[in-house]
Order: sequence, then structure tokens, then C-alpha cells
Amino acid sequence: MTLERRAAMATLLAGRGDDLLVIPGLGSTAWDAAAAGDNDQNFYLWGAMGGAAMIGLGLALAQPSRRVAVITGDGEMLMGLGALATIGTKCPPNLAIIVFDNGVYGETGMQPSHTQAGVDLIGVAAACGIPSRLDVRNEDELGDLARRLKNLRETLFARVQIAADEPPRVLPLRDGVALKQRFRASIGLKP
Amino acid sequence: MSARPADWPDRLFETLKHGGIRQVAYVPDAGHARLIDRCRADSDIRDVALTTEEEGVAMAGGAWLGGDRAALLMQSSGVGNCINMLSLARSCRFPLLMLITMRGEWEEFNPWQVPMGSIIDPVLELCEAEIYRAREPDEVVGVTQRAIQHVFGEERIAAVILSQQLIGRKVWTK
Repeated sequence: MTLERRAAMATLLAGRGDDLLVIPGLGSTAWDAAAAGDNDQNFYLWGAMGGAAMIGLGLALAQPSRRVAVITGDGEMLMGLGALATIGTKCPPNLAIIVFDNGVYGETGMQPSHTQAGVDLIGVAAACGIPSRLDVRNEDELGDLARRLKNLRETLFARVQIAADEPPRVLPLRDGVALKQRFRASIGLKP
Repeated sequence: MSARPADWPDRLFETLKHGGIRQVAYVPDAGHARLIDRCRADSDIRDVALTTEEEGVAMAGGAWLGGDRAALLMQSSGVGNCINMLSLARSCRFPLLMLITMRGEWEEFNPWQVPMGSIIDPVLELCEAEIYRAREPDEVVGVTQRAIQHVFGEERIAAVILSQQLIGRKVWTK
């Protein structure tokens, strides 16, 4: 059994709270986050493949009183796998890395990713010393992840097993400067 | 100048502190060893060792989203590792302060350092980074202050290049 990606994103972001900052990785997870409802506290990536988790680390260190959720795809995470080793050395308690894993590169024609060949992202996160890990394969486990995200107390890594489908694209704002400025303004920083 | 020339890494550290730098990301490098030690010993600075330099470009963007000023320390060979991720800083106008120690430009024993070291100026210019170069110990503070002003005042990218003459040649036999 696998989860449907749009519904999974909607569950994770429902009643998200003012203190949740979200970094959606480029491609499908950005469309999923936009479909769940645009929010000034989403910093959608349209590029920077492999960088989502590290953007989350810098943000989590800068904003220790807010929760940071990086929600990205398996291909994006695989491109920056070293980031998990780096994050494992700091482990900010307010950072969650959530990987929507469908085992394929959806944006480029559904070519298989390394996770389909058996690369175990949960195992990588464990080996990197990330204290809290969750493998999400059904609705109950998704609900558990949503609760743990709401009460985030230590660095969390989750793999959400989603179906390899392609719902219609929902495109968010794509001007990087505008995304940056509205995000910073939303947490009280000057433009 | 009252400080001894060899103290330039300590003066560089104080310049970063006065410039409000709160996050320091680095790939370990001999030329930055003293600066890295000072950052690690300072409880107000979040020091983050990276597996590759491009992680630091992304981290600095996240830091700015959250209101922190970051600096990225690397050796010249790391510039090549950053190129695509620099698109993030350019697309979003994230401030990015890079402090780069040179290899491959002066009394370099290892020829494998030369190919990247010899092209970092044009590469950085193509990536819209302003270049600030220090060749003498007494230049380090001034160029770094100007780079900090450029980066965080105007949300731009700058590279402070610390020349191989300044750092001294690597000792290969002990």
C-alpha cells in the first residue's frame, strides 16, 4: 500500500500553526505544497537540487523557536545525501526532513531512482546519527508523522512512501526574490 | 598596525564577529585552520562542518531566510563544487560571503591544485560574485569589511580571496 502524494501533503500541513516554516523541494513536492494551500511561510524551490535539507539546516539554526520542515523528493534528497551527514553533526531539535519517496524521477519521465533499487534512506539517516526516524507506509503512520511534526523535539527524518503518479501541476510563485521577501516578512524580518 | 602579521586569522575572526556573522560553514582547510578553531570555540557562532562546499551555499540561504548572517569558508578547489548551487543565491539574491584560501597560484607543490585554482576568478565573475583579494596580512581586515558591507548591505555575493602568499606554502616533508 502506498499513499497519494497530494493527500499526504495536505495531512502533514493541515492546521500547520504559525510557527511552521516549510521548504518544499523542487518539482512535485513544491506543487504538492502549493496545492495544499499557498502560505508566506513556504519557501518553494524551483532549483537548487540537492540543497533543500541544507537550506532547512541554516533556517533551523537561525530560528530555534520555530519548527522547520523540509519536504522533498527522493531524487532531490539523493543529490545531496551528504547533507544528512552534516545535519547529523548538529541535530537541531526543530528540524524535520521529510522525503516523499516514489522511487522515480517524476518530472523527467519516471526514470527509476536509487531508492527503487533498494537504497534505504531511513538507514542512511540512522547511520548519520539523526535521532528520530519514521518510515511512513500507510494512513496510520502518516498520522503519527503529522503528530510528531506538530510536537517536534528532536531532529526527525521521515520517508513517506507515495504512489508514482503525477497529479496536475499547481505552480506557486516562482520569483525567488519575492519568495524570499515574503517569507522573511512573515516572520518579522525586514525585506 | 600594532598586531603581528601572523595574527591575521584572529583579526579576520574579529572582523566576522563585528560584522554580525552568526553561522560559519566550512570544509576544513589548512589555510583556515586558525579561523575555524576560533569559530568552534565561540559559543555565539554556529559552526557547521560540511561534506562539500555547495552545502554551505544552501545553508547560507536558509540562514538569511531566518535572519542570520552566514559565512562560507573553503579552499579554492571548493569553488568548482559550488557552481550550480550559486544559482540559488543569484535567483533569490541571497547574501553570500565566501572566504577562499588559494591553492595552485604560488609555490604550489601539488600540480593537481592548479587547474581549479587558475580559473576561480573568471568562474566567480560569471557567477556574479564580487572579488576582494588580500595578498598582505594588513589587507585582510579592510577587504573583509568591504565584502561584508557589499554582501549584507546589498544582498549580493562576494568572495574574499586569501592569496597563497599570505597563507604560506604547504610543508610536504617533515
